[in-house]
Amino acid sequence: MTTAEHPSGPPAPPFAGGPGRVRPILPPSPAKNNRRRGGDGLWPWLFIAPLVLGIAVFYLWPIVQTVATSFTETGPFGGSTFSGIENYVELFTDPQLYRSLGNTLLYTAIVMLGIPIAVYLASLLNLPGLRFASLYRVLFFLPYVAMPTAVAMVWRLIFNGDFGLLNYGLGFLGIDGPYWISTPVFAMVAVAIVGLWSSLGFSLIVLAAGLKNIPPELYEAAELDGATRWGQFRFITVPLLSPSVFFVTIVTVISSFQLFDLLYAILGSSNPVLPKSMSLVYFFYREGFVNNDKGFAAAIAMVILVIIGIVTLLQFRFQKKWVQSD
Amino acid sequence: MAAGLALSVGLAMVAAGCGSDTGSAEPAEYATGDKDLAANITYGVWDQNQVAAIDENIAAFNEEYPNIDVTVNVTPFAEYWTKLQTQASSDTLPDLFWMNGPNIGLYASNGKLEPITGAMDAGDIDPANYPEALVDLYTIDDVPYGVPKDFDTIGIWANKALFTKAGVELPDGDWTWAEFQKTASDISTALAADGAYGGAAGMDGQTTYYNTIFQAGGDVVDEGTSGYSSPEAQAGIQFWTDLIANGGSPSIQQLTDTTADQWFTSGKLAMYWGGSWFRSALTDTELESDVVVLPLPQGEKQATVIHGVANVVSAASKEKQAAQALQAFLASKDAQQQQGDAGAVIPAFDGTQSAFTGSMPEANLQVFLDALEYAEPLPVSKNSAVWNAFEADLLPQAFSGEKPVKEIVDELANNMDAALAEE
Repeated sequence: MTTAEHPSGPPAPPFAGGPGRVRPILPPSPAKNNRRRGGDGLWPWLFIAPLVLGIAVFYLWPIVQTVATSFTETGPFGGSTFSGIENYVELFTDPQLYRSLGNTLLYTAIVMLGIPIAVYLASLLNLPGLRFASLYRVLFFLPYVAMPTAVAMVWRLIFNGDFGLLNYGLGFLGIDGPYWISTPVFAMVAVAIVGLWSSLGFSLIVLAAGLKNIPPELYEAAELDGATRWGQFRFITVPLLSPSVFFVTIVTVISSFQLFDLLYAILGSSNPVLPKSMSLVYFFYREGFVNNDKGFAAAIAMVILVIIGIVTLLQFRFQKKWVQSD
Repeated sequence: MAAGLALSVGLAMVAAGCGSDTGSAEPAEYATGDKDLAANITYGVWDQNQVAAIDENIAAFNEEYPNIDVTVNVTPFAEYWTKLQTQASSDTLPDLFWMNGPNIGLYASNGKLEPITGAMDAGDIDPANYPEALVDLYTIDDVPYGVPKDFDTIGIWANKALFTKAGVELPDGDWTWAEFQKTASDISTALAADGAYGGAAGMDGQTTYYNTIFQAGGDVVDEGTSGYSSPEAQAGIQFWTDLIANGGSPSIQQLTDTTADQWFTSGKLAMYWGGSWFRSALTDTELESDVVVLPLPQGEKQATVIHGVANVVSAASKEKQAAQALQAFLASKDAQQQQGDAGAVIPAFDGTQSAFTGSMPEANLQVFLDALEYAEPLPVSKNSAVWNAFEADLLPQAFSGEKPVKEIVDELANNMDAALAEE
């Protein structure tokens, strides 16, 4: 890629909030600012109007609707009557809620294991003199952009207990593989493996970009001081990469909590282990669209919203502890 | 991905909120469509295997109505009802679509379907042409809503080559439960090295356990109560748990990974309990010449489930006249004959059925027609989906041997009774 001694290639473009040291400096021109202050009412709003409108129509309004629906008893084709907190009472006494929550947490935990793997792979990709680095990047990223259903169909075949590639391979090691997608615990593990595999590419790209922003001089200086490669990784890479890791963690947690398509496509809709392997969103789907209980489903949606909100809030709280910006 | 999901969920909720509840609709004025009627309509179906035959039907329809453009939308059965549900909530149902017994009550009683009374009065559709049990199935509160398109009974699709390979004689079809069980486990034993099996316990009531429940003299649902707790129904379930336990069938896990019809079409299953509609899945396959159909074995009595799909018109269709013209056309003798000739399904129109049996002369498809004599209607209630979900959740625990049959059927009967009481 580059003949330079250091891995980063051309100097990375600085961007605000990124881990780079260089921050874009705003031209100090107080006169201009003053002039703008008079007529800044409309223009900025016009520029963001399309986005705001989109968010309002496709996110805010549905949220309001869902909140409203969660307090109603809604018929199979609309027509709702107010039922107070009945749906919530019913929901919190339903063991399926806790089972689904547990499954979702298990899935999230396994997919999170992909983050350290992504950090490791990203630093490998960043090694000086690595050939075909872009090719590797494309290969790692492909699973992320592939359609979940297509991904699921292929993995379903791989996981097949009798004829699958995975158990065939395990057979050579003398291991009798389980029926992955039709045994309760293994089913969730199997889905999580696919989730980890397909989200790896996204994490990798974000982390690789983060690595590019670590100034090469730091490594040069460390090397002069006799730091080992591990030392460099521990004391330069990890701290300076933490904002990217933080970002990846949040996105991974949120998307893991919304697990549905992979689970639906891999396990199928008539899999006997489903009740034991259902995620929160699958639970929502089953109540809302199979059992036609839209009010109850809306209550589940609200629970998911609140949980994701709390988890994300906590992550931001703890951000200060472990994210080093500059 | 995440955003897309949140988005679609939100939209669906909005749609559900705004969907108008029309209640039981008065039938609109009916008039036979003019031949130069121009319209674009959609036809919603769930079986890809039947699309070739449907296309032939539509080509013939277009000779009569050249200006009606029909788009066929195929949605796999597992997703069909979910999609239809959402479409019905937002009044965007296909103009004409397939309906089945377990769902007709829900859609008809919520005013989502156009009755066929207009077409009947005009003489475009005559219910006397179709099996009475099917006409009744699609008549809700004395109003007929659908025209039967086909009917199906259940038989055993047998792979002759596997029988030969296993050295087991092909049964003549007059057989008992015990004989079936023995044949299945003999084949499994003989072909163990190939990983092939004699029979398969599918998890679908219509093709498997409803039949054995009827054969044992039991009932699934009777006058608003569940029949599952009866000793007869238990025996009907026990038939399948025994089959698995004796090695006559792959385990429930194996059947989840690879479904019974896949075992059969890949040449690893000697006897598949399947509906007559399975015929179209065999067209142009290597297997086609090896297949013969056997009647189901007898328990206390001989029985099979009968069911049939109907074509219904959406009450909210903007091109109702065109949709009704297609509905009437598909119900006609010519169109039904065409369906039979293609070997897609057994047509519902009386007198067109021999075309179906002739489509695979060596396979003895006559079994499916003979079954009419002892057929029992598919068990349904006004909101079958609710207790169908209980069956899907509970029965696998019995099939896998995790819990005793008695315990499962009792729990199932309790849940089901509560659901039926709410209808």
